[in-house]
Amino acid sequence: MSLLLDIDHVGKTFTQGGLLSRRSIEAVKDISLQIEAERPEILSVVGESGSGKSTLAAMVLGQQLPTRGRVLFDGVDVASIRSGADRRAFMAKVQPVLQNPFEAFNPLKRVDRYLFATAANFMAATGKPTRQEIEARVDRALVEVGLTLAEVRGRFPHELSGGQLQRTAIARALIPDPRLLVADEPVSMVDASLRMSIVNLFSSLRDRLGLSIIYITHDLATAYYISDRIIIMKKGEVVERGNAREVLDNPQHPYSIALKNAVLTPDFA
Amino acid sequence: MQTEALLRSPDIVVEPTLTVERLKAYYTTKAFGIDRDIRAVDDISLTVAKGEVYGVAGESSSGKTSLIKTIVGAIRPPLHVVGGTVRFNFGGQTYDIYDLKPDELQAIRWRHLSYIMQGSMNVLNPVRRIKHSFYDFAFPHMGLGRATFWDRVRDHLRKLDLDPGVLDSYPHQLSGGMRQRTTIALATVCTPEFIVADEPTTALDVIVQRDVLTMLRDIQRDLGSSFLFVTHDMSVHATVSDRVGIVYAGRLVEEADTPTLFRSARHPYTQHLVASLPKIGDTTRRASLSGRPPSLADPPPGCRFHPRCPLAMDVCSKEVPPLVSIAPRHRVACFAVTGAPS
Repeated sequence: MSLLLDIDHVGKTFTQGGLLSRRSIEAVKDISLQIEAERPEILSVVGESGSGKSTLAAMVLGQQLPTRGRVLFDGVDVASIRSGADRRAFMAKVQPVLQNPFEAFNPLKRVDRYLFATAANFMAATGKPTRQEIEARVDRALVEVGLTLAEVRGRFPHELSGGQLQRTAIARALIPDPRLLVADEPVSMVDASLRMSIVNLFSSLRDRLGLSIIYITHDLATAYYISDRIIIMKKGEVVERGNAREVLDNPQHPYSIALKNAVLTPDFA
Repeated sequence: MQTEALLRSPDIVVEPTLTVERLKAYYTTKAFGIDRDIRAVDDISLTVAKGEVYGVAGESSSGKTSLIKTIVGAIRPPLHVVGGTVRFNFGGQTYDIYDLKPDELQAIRWRHLSYIMQGSMNVLNPVRRIKHSFYDFAFPHMGLGRATFWDRVRDHLRKLDLDPGVLDSYPHQLSGGMRQRTTIALATVCTPEFIVADEPTTALDVIVQRDVLTMLRDIQRDLGSSFLFVTHDMSVHATVSDRVGIVYAGRLVEEADTPTLFRSARHPYTQHLVASLPKIGDTTRRASLSGRPPSLADPPPGCRFHPRCPLAMDVCSKEVPPLVSIAPRHRVACFAVTGAPS
């Protein structure tokens, strides 16, 4: 059994202030978490704002280095990646999907340029790709998310709906054939009628492409709907973890119970 | 319920607190000799009774915020009102928002009509203590002396379980939930008869959201005010709204009492909204709607939902379905429900 992602007793402390008024904030305290390579899954990370969810995501993506512990991806310590080539190889395997698609794309730049640039960057590792190869790769990624290149080509972000734009962002993340997506609140800015289409897309990506997804959210209902495992975080610590359905059907920790009770249920039956 | 009983009794006629009739408001832009109209509010009629919480639901860019702006009279170009009337009834006196002079509008604002905005950080001045915001917003409208004013503010904060000490803090010293509760206290300190709340809990996490909603509901019971409650989150409507109107592409497509809407919605868009809500303890697959929300600059002809509608008929792409009453307090705009015109 090999591990795709091994988060080993990781902690992150931010320090604030100058020499005399130094304060430190422990955003993440001692978290361990494993995702197996052979068993793709959707892992939900749930917690209130300020619980360290996004810091954990940044460490998985290698954007923040842990102050304690190690993040191993495919057996390699993320903190030890130094050279550009190694970093590119790592980034090809782990890709982010951001919260707000309207902020993720430059409003003055055509959306397809992000897709072509991503494809060109990652394909350059194996010789210079031709225009047709790049376009074929981009189109394949777009078809995966239910769009086509013809729909997206030449469009500016404001010409696409929020749902289309978030799908395009996911397609961009799929171009280098990653093994892990880190999605930080990917549906909180998407309209109600399109939210479920993004969530359903995640479960089909897991089933068809064997992709593991770390799904960060504070929406327990969608977490229950799509995820296999769940961890519930509070103040930088994991308070409860396990099979998503079991944890949410029958939460044990007082905080998890409080979270579940706070969910508004649209029940009139 | 009480108001309903009053409305039915023949001798007392209670005018609703808010009456909106055939309201149309467009954003008009002129560039390079081309005029474009964005029809953000298109022919909306609704009423809100005294003491009622009226929920407005719809996705982003469906015109919810434009609707609020036109209702409270906060209209800035390029938004302008093309037709229709908005009438408020405060204590038996009728105010037509578009007939009022600016200073008359100023006088009813905050005193009778107040507004809870989405981003609490943008309401409170970040470089001044919260008491200054209270003073700036509320003092001119209350007509009280300074000492009585501050007593009133402190009492009000205590009633909402907020420590009056928040008055001496800066906004950044408070957590998101505290800030939103302070904004709500600010909007309700003059005990207004009508409160507009625009996505008041959207930026908050679930536990804080529940607290804030409970607080809003308590205030509403306490003051007996009417609420116009806008959010895209259907589960919030299920918790707070008495009646919900669904807005799609600038039009009201369905309106009913909340239980009716959730149990037996008739418009296909509402049915989809209700059915697509995920629930803990239920893993059945939720379908998603195909297509994209229409552009308000160039909406589809006829019913604006027809390109995405599973029940679309020929007539739907030609004629606009009127909002028809199909049961008491239940209106729907859909030919598949009300029958096509002959």
